[in-house]
Amino acid sequence: MADKHVSERLIGLLSVRGEDLGAEWAERVTGSLGGRVARAEVERELREIYTALVAALADGSLDGHGEAFGEVRALLTELSRNRALQGFTPTETAVSVFALKQVLEPSLAGEDGDVEAYLEFAGLLDTLGLFTIEVYARTREELISAQAEQLLELSTPVVKLWDNVIGVPLVGTLDSARTMVVMEKMLQALIDTGSEQAIIDITGVPTVDTEVAQHLLKTVVAARLMGAECTISGIRPGIAQTIVALGIDFGDIVTKATLADALRHALRRTGNTVSRTAPQAGAR
Amino acid sequence: MSGASRTSEVLEITTTAGVVQARQQVRALAQQCRLSLVDQTKLITAASELARNTLVHGGGGTMTALLLEERGRRGVRLAFADRGPGIADVDLALTDGWTSGTGMGLGLSGSKRLVDDFVLDTTPGAGTTVTITKWGR
Repeated sequence: MADKHVSERLIGLLSVRGEDLGAEWAERVTGSLGGRVARAEVERELREIYTALVAALADGSLDGHGEAFGEVRALLTELSRNRALQGFTPTETAVSVFALKQVLEPSLAGEDGDVEAYLEFAGLLDTLGLFTIEVYARTREELISAQAEQLLELSTPVVKLWDNVIGVPLVGTLDSARTMVVMEKMLQALIDTGSEQAIIDITGVPTVDTEVAQHLLKTVVAARLMGAECTISGIRPGIAQTIVALGIDFGDIVTKATLADALRHALRRTGNTVSRTAPQAGAR
Repeated sequence: MSGASRTSEVLEITTTAGVVQARQQVRALAQQCRLSLVDQTKLITAASELARNTLVHGGGGTMTALLLEERGRRGVRLAFADRGPGIADVDLALTDGWTSGTGMGLGLSGSKRLVDDFVLDTTPGAGTTVTITKWGR
């Protein structure tokens, strides 16, 4: 089997010149990372991969997807994940693999070099390099979805505005996932604070379309089922006209232009009166 | 074809992120052709409804945005195209409160009221294209 010979010749080369090649490989990779990873760290990572690579070749296989390369792929996965989490680019990540090709080029593609072995090995490294990029992309995707979840939590605070009055300032767009979080938090806050008035402020919601409106209505109905009254505030002129044109019916839900109006309404409903007295200058 | 086209951008709508992107792109265009704040809101809302229809009922599609200029007026034209099942009964689909899904049934009919020009072109089994235009005052 030709593969056998090629991998044997490669092992020969990789083992005999192991130290030199490893050092040169680490040198190139460290350079490409702009000193953001310590040389010793890079050397340790690459030495492990190098050892695993030679071991895999010893099995006589040159198939990067094969069983023999399981260990190599595991190490590359770890390396790729670390690079992705540290904010390196895909190029900076994949170069760790491709640099080995450049390192081997002089000894294999030279005058009396072993072109066949070089080509086979280059193909193998291509496979492993692509694998590294795949892991990189997957890690970034995981990162993004984790951040999206965090953002969901962050962007839905429930604040106490007065005794028995809570406020839910909404910022951004309302989709089903957001609505679930908002609804859960608001209903829990109603229980925790024993409030009977909730104000949902949509000043920070740029677009109120039928989906957003439907979600708002559901939230209000849920609050009512728990015996609380719900007011929607922050209806700007453009949004009011849009809601009318769309034909959305808010029914008997109280809506106000500003949060201040809504708070005044809520205070009146809870039996508080707000009165104005002469300003007390200097009094603290 | 009325008016000279100035820019034409095509946006793929295949996920809910596409709907958000469509809104942002339309907002930028609406500001560019100096629509009033109310008209901006109306156009963005209509775009949001139609983009979601493209995604939910059409199984994904595209939004083609065009900035128009005609006799000193500027406007935005948006075309939402999908290759979905199409609409069997257009009159019914444009009835307030009728929905084939779980929405309010106001998206299609409502967006018609939000814009100046509304053209619905559908072939059952072949897809739907909704073209809307909003002119600056």
